[in-house]
Amino acid sequence: MKILVCVSKTPETTANINFVNNNTEFDTNGVSFIMNPYDEWYALVRALEITEANGGDVTLINVGPAANDAVIKKGLAIGAKEAVRIDAEPTSALFVAKQIAAYAKSQNFDIIFTGKESIDYNGSLVGGMIAELLSLPYISYATTLELNGNAATLNRDIEGGTEVVEVQTPFVVSAAKGMAEQRIPNMRGIMMAKKKPLAVVAAEAADDKEKVTEYKVVPKDRSIKMIDPENMKELVRMLHEESKVI
Amino acid sequence: MVLVLAEQNAGKFKKATLEVVTYGRKVADLLSCECTALVIGETDAAATLGQYGANKVLTTADAALENFDSQTYTSALGQVAEKVGAKVIIIGHNSTGKSIVGRLAARMDAGVISGAKSIPSVSNGFVVEKNVFSGKGIASFTLDTEVKIISVMGNSIQPEIIGSDVSPESVSLQIEDSKVTVKERKTVSGTVPLPEAELVVSAGRGMGGPDKWGIIEELAENIGATTACSRPVADTGWRPHHEHVGQTGVAIRPNLYFAIGISGAIQHLAGVSSSKVIVVINKDPEAPFFKNADYGIVGDLFDVVPRLNAALKEFKANNN
Ligand SMILES: Cc1cc2nc3c(=O)[nH]c(=O)nc-3n(C[C@H](O)[C@H](O)[C@H](O)COP(=O)(O)OP(=O)(O)OC[C@H]3O[C@@H](n4cnc5c(N)ncnc54)[C@H](O)[C@@H]3O)c2cc1C
Ligand SMILES: Nc1ncnc2c1ncn2[C@@H]1O[C@H](COP(=O)(O)O)[C@@H](O)[C@H]1O
Repeated sequence: MKILVCVSKTPETTANINFVNNNTEFDTNGVSFIMNPYDEWYALVRALEITEANGGDVTLINVGPAANDAVIKKGLAIGAKEAVRIDAEPTSALFVAKQIAAYAKSQNFDIIFTGKESIDYNGSLVGGMIAELLSLPYISYATTLELNGNAATLNRDIEGGTEVVEVQTPFVVSAAKGMAEQRIPNMRGIMMAKKKPLAVVAAEAADDKEKVTEYKVVPKDRSIKMIDPENMKELVRMLHEESKVI
Repeated sequence: MVLVLAEQNAGKFKKATLEVVTYGRKVADLLSCECTALVIGETDAAATLGQYGANKVLTTADAALENFDSQTYTSALGQVAEKVGAKVIIIGHNSTGKSIVGRLAARMDAGVISGAKSIPSVSNGFVVEKNVFSGKGIASFTLDTEVKIISVMGNSIQPEIIGSDVSPESVSLQIEDSKVTVKERKTVSGTVPLPEAELVVSAGRGMGGPDKWGIIEELAENIGATTACSRPVADTGWRPHHEHVGQTGVAIRPNLYFAIGISGAIQHLAGVSSSKVIVVINKDPEAPFFKNADYGIVGDLFDVVPRLNAALKEFKANNN
């Protein structure tokens, strides 16, 4: 099995979010960055488990600047064999997907993994775009993936439940919670990662189809009303008469 | 032309679909054009989409589309979009939408916004807002491509009846065979799925164990809400995974969110802070969740929730 895992770099989950330059830019000042949790915890680990059980190798790919190497190396420390960084700012989902599809085109990967979404722009777009550009099936929000030869059975999240689907390799899959258990890199992994290849590839030209023109911090304008715990009739009345939600 | 994918569920349209049709109607009004709804599979209800503002309803009964597959659905939508000359394509931001908007954007080389939370503004370019950074920020995206694709967050708009039935027309498409086989669909029946729920009752580690959820379920039943939980609760198996809300779980924006015995960690808030009204019940007056709530009750949930259930029963009895 030859598996490609797409990883993005995102702000740490507890990061405070601020915007600068007249609210046109995300303020990275004081923000620490991590590998997107869905990519690290679920996509990468399941890919490793599959190659451990069936043979094969996991390649990581990231579209981003040199500053992303730390995140990529963490993926190598967790167990990927090699990594590729497409050297460009990831300015939109389609730009990223075009870079990854261009790289993957000649490589015959059996499975291309993405996370279900990146926790910065929450787009959930890149996986489907790669699949379309490569004319491959795409299974989104997969919570399990079992392989039997070239046949895969996956569970995927749907509204209020699960769908069970079958598909043959090659395909693209986006990984959601349930797919695997997070692995913490150990010392040996971290040492070995230093020697693993990280190829830097020039980007292809592609334009952005949409761009952010303004940001806002979500206003925290809730003014709390405390209600006497003995008086739940009052809460019911408020919910009915004041906020009209029941 | 605005094109809306109107998903049906066993011949019926859920509220979430009607929201999307209403959204399409509003975009069409802004652009002074017509709104076409595409229904996959035959259903007698198709004509009713006219009531929500579709000028035209197209149906396709292609057997290749019987089960959902992102590839065949994208192909169908792409073909219809070309046929009708769609400039804006609108889909719900649910499991279908999330699977196909990216594909469709790549197919059409179009601009795309997934999870839009507002009607576009067209006064200064075509601008759509969506939540970013897991609900901590809002970004206004400007799209200037000829074709624009939008998936709309549930509960962003209410369905409005503004027209009358239109007779559906069927379209024929060339759909290749699907490479994905759907073996089974397992859905919980009887309750509204979490992403679509308008009322949500959620509980956390303050419940102390998996065996005490009766009062939470009773509360949910009293107001017709869907149940949810915090991440540690799902991780330890007290509740099923699909109930996990937050940054790494389901992101929701119901009209009412009850947070019971949940501390209000930033990753939890990330998935629920867009709720319209938040009620927090916690015995710790310093719980961070109180900073993000509209109504707060400091008390032991095992006293407060049964009292609330009794008050709701009385309220229902008086209002019927
Ligand atoms: C990368 C990452 C992603 C995460 N993603 C998510 C996510 O998506 N969703 C999520 O929920 N969490 C997420 N978390 C975990 C999050 O940080 C918190 O640990 C979690 O939300 C805490 O759950 P809780 O509030 O149920 O439990 P606790 O923090 O243990 O809070 C329990 C609360 O119950 C109250 N309580 C106890 N007993 C009673 C009683 N008898 N009556 C009333 N109140 C009582 C306590 O005062 C306390 O406030 C994530 C963490 C990380 C690191
Ligand atoms: N810059 C990037 N480089 C590599 N993979 C990415 C990048 N951005 C997004 N992805 C992948 O696409 C998934 C979905 O991202 P998004 O469409 O941005 O929500 C992520 O979980 C990653 O697996």
